Amino acid sequence: MAYQSYVLICGGTACCSGGADGIAEEFGKRLALAGLADKVQVVKTGCLGFCEQGPIVKILPQGTFYVQVKKDDVGEIVSEHLVKGRVVQRLCYDPSQAKKLVSEANIPFYQKQYRIVLRNCGVIDPEKIDDYIARDGYKAIEKVLFEMTPEQVVEEMLKSGLRGRGGAGFPTGMKWKFAQQQPKGQKYMVCNADEGDPGAYMDRSTLEGDPHSVLEAMIIAGYAIGATKGFIYIRAEYPLAIHRLQVAIAQATELGLLGKDILGSGFDFEIELRFGAGAFVCGEETALLQSIEGNRGMPRPRPPFPAVKGLWGRPTVINNVETLANVPVIINKGADWFSKIGTATTKGTKVFALTGKVNNSGLIEVPMGTTLREIIFDIGGGIRGGHQFKAAQTGGPSGGIIPPQFLDTPIDYESLAKIGSIMGSGGLIVMDETDCVVDIAKFYLDFTVDESCGKCAPCRIGGRKLLNYLNKISSGRGTEQDIEDMRQICDAMNKASLCGLGQTASNPVRSTLRYFMDEYMEHIRDKKCRSAKCSRLVTYKIDAAKCKGCTMCARKCPAGAISGTVKQPHVIDQAKCVKCGACEATCKFGAISHG
Amino acid sequence: MSEQTAEHNETMTPELKAFIESWKSKPGNLIMVLHQVQQTYGYIPRSIAIETAELLGVPLAKIYGVVTFYNFFKLQKAGKYIVQVCLGTACYLRGGDDIIKEFESQLGVGLNATTPDGMFSVEAVRCLGCCGLAPVAVVNGEVHGKLDKSMVAGIIEKYRKLG
Repeated sequence: MAYQSYVLICGGTACCSGGADGIAEEFGKRLALAGLADKVQVVKTGCLGFCEQGPIVKILPQGTFYVQVKKDDVGEIVSEHLVKGRVVQRLCYDPSQAKKLVSEANIPFYQKQYRIVLRNCGVIDPEKIDDYIARDGYKAIEKVLFEMTPEQVVEEMLKSGLRGRGGAGFPTGMKWKFAQQQPKGQKYMVCNADEGDPGAYMDRSTLEGDPHSVLEAMIIAGYAIGATKGFIYIRAEYPLAIHRLQVAIAQATELGLLGKDILGSGFDFEIELRFGAGAFVCGEETALLQSIEGNRGMPRPRPPFPAVKGLWGRPTVINNVETLANVPVIINKGADWFSKIGTATTKGTKVFALTGKVNNSGLIEVPMGTTLREIIFDIGGGIRGGHQFKAAQTGGPSGGIIPPQFLDTPIDYESLAKIGSIMGSGGLIVMDETDCVVDIAKFYLDFTVDESCGKCAPCRIGGRKLLNYLNKISSGRGTEQDIEDMRQICDAMNKASLCGLGQTASNPVRSTLRYFMDEYMEHIRDKKCRSAKCSRLVTYKIDAAKCKGCTMCARKCPAGAISGTVKQPHVIDQAKCVKCGACEATCKFGAISHG
Repeated sequence: MSEQTAEHNETMTPELKAFIESWKSKPGNLIMVLHQVQQTYGYIPRSIAIETAELLGVPLAKIYGVVTFYNFFKLQKAGKYIVQVCLGTACYLRGGDDIIKEFESQLGVGLNATTPDGMFSVEAVRCLGCCGLAPVAVVNGEVHGKLDKSMVAGIIEKYRKLG
């Protein structure tokens, strides 16, 4: 029997932690009570993307979009919307308080998006293979196995212009071609799901919301290069994604889509999961292979490239989750269709995890060539709390900081490289004027120093030295010579490091030096941090006119730096002050300020 | 240290032994086996590491080489409740380090340390992937999002009461 309505509940990580499970359960109960259990189907989907407003519930066929839904709201949605057909206005998305936006199509967050990779995320139940099949799932396998030769598959990928979405942008078809041309024998297909970039969760959401699309792509790739065995290398920190993949592999195996003699074609392919263990460097392909082999994840020099000598010395193709999720669509709709989307050099779409100081944090997918301004201001709804846009960072610790004058840069691999950043895997972090660039550079360097495997000296020593200089500058002891020294270290690391981690680790420093030199100079010459993030450069002051002498601050001060008599203005002894800010947080009269 | 004496008492469970046997013949099994060890004991006890080395026929040094390379593996038993505060970029920008400091001062322990009663450990972690909820802390898998300093005491109290 056909259902008259569908209740889609976002089952992404953010919404789940907001209580999505309880909401799904409550819908089940309430629908049964209302006698609608067989007329309305409740589906827990993958990430709907609008994480800022979660938990999210979407009602089909109307497309009504409810945000920040709580368990207590479920009764009203059932009795009003599903029984009486009246939209529950108070739960609709409402940016301006003036006009209620009822359906997804009307919400600015979704208007500029175009979904290829996330085509099924938030639409299907990721734990049901039938849902995936109903949306053309596993159709590409049939086409590939029965109508195309491996050479034709590679040709199609080359023609589509798809490039690696892990960040480096190497043409996917080319990788496949190299591996295909290797002599016959054991070859491997590896999916890189070791998403280690802090502030990015694109691959996790794709795997959680649509695991079959990745499995299907791996089978296609396996057929094209002549591999019969695939590995998915996934972070152990992603238990839900691991669970969904395990379910998906079991279901696909049961239907004969994985295993021996797939669909009677004579082609065998199996997929095994291997867990990462928290090492950022394992996102680098040669380090990843070491880790699958059960070793310390240290990279090795290339060539030979993995396509020639990879896992256990055999030809291996490594593709990122997002790259793979594009593959079945390209096969189904054709390379010509795909290559019409995007810019001259970069085809298709890109998924970003839009986070930081932006109003609408969430998971978005836009055509290549969309500008940063469109992403941050139209989709992201601008900067939180009425602050000013200061910079955006793409590519995480390997990327660069992009200042306001480049907001209209269309996103593709080449134009981002030109302005000193990289596409990266899709983290997009927005910063406002309260963020300090020296502090940000320190944050990223701290990360790469911690994650450097230590094998090559430029990365191991260079990273540590850069971090030392940044610490020196942020504590007010920097000199102008330091800037020159840092530039030299950046160049050495970039040219001489063994792998991508070291080669790009200096990017946050290079780009901040390039665009925010004035702020570095303020730290060095004026001993001042304009956003007060570098705590050693901050001074706290008590405004005698506002101070009532309540003594609260003196009692809170851990260093005993504040003195004064009751009902008389207090003073801070700057020599004793440890810059913790406890006094300012405590003062009820707004008498204490910092600068 | 008391944790270290406790370590020697760990004995290999039959389930773990069976798991290791089932993976023994597969190439590149070590990390998967270590995950299972940590899932069983909450850390990698020395006695179990020695036994695992014998079962798999690899040198103990190789096991420790791998364990110390990856952040995920622990050599010390953690508290009953593990407070993981996210320091991914989004959480950092929205004040994640203040949240860590608050947990540290309220619990009276430093980072990666456990309270004397064995109840809480505090850890800083890289991106938990729910940046929309930044800043975020996870306690034994339960996510607490959109935190500010004033909410920390309540979270600790909640788990104290659970015992």
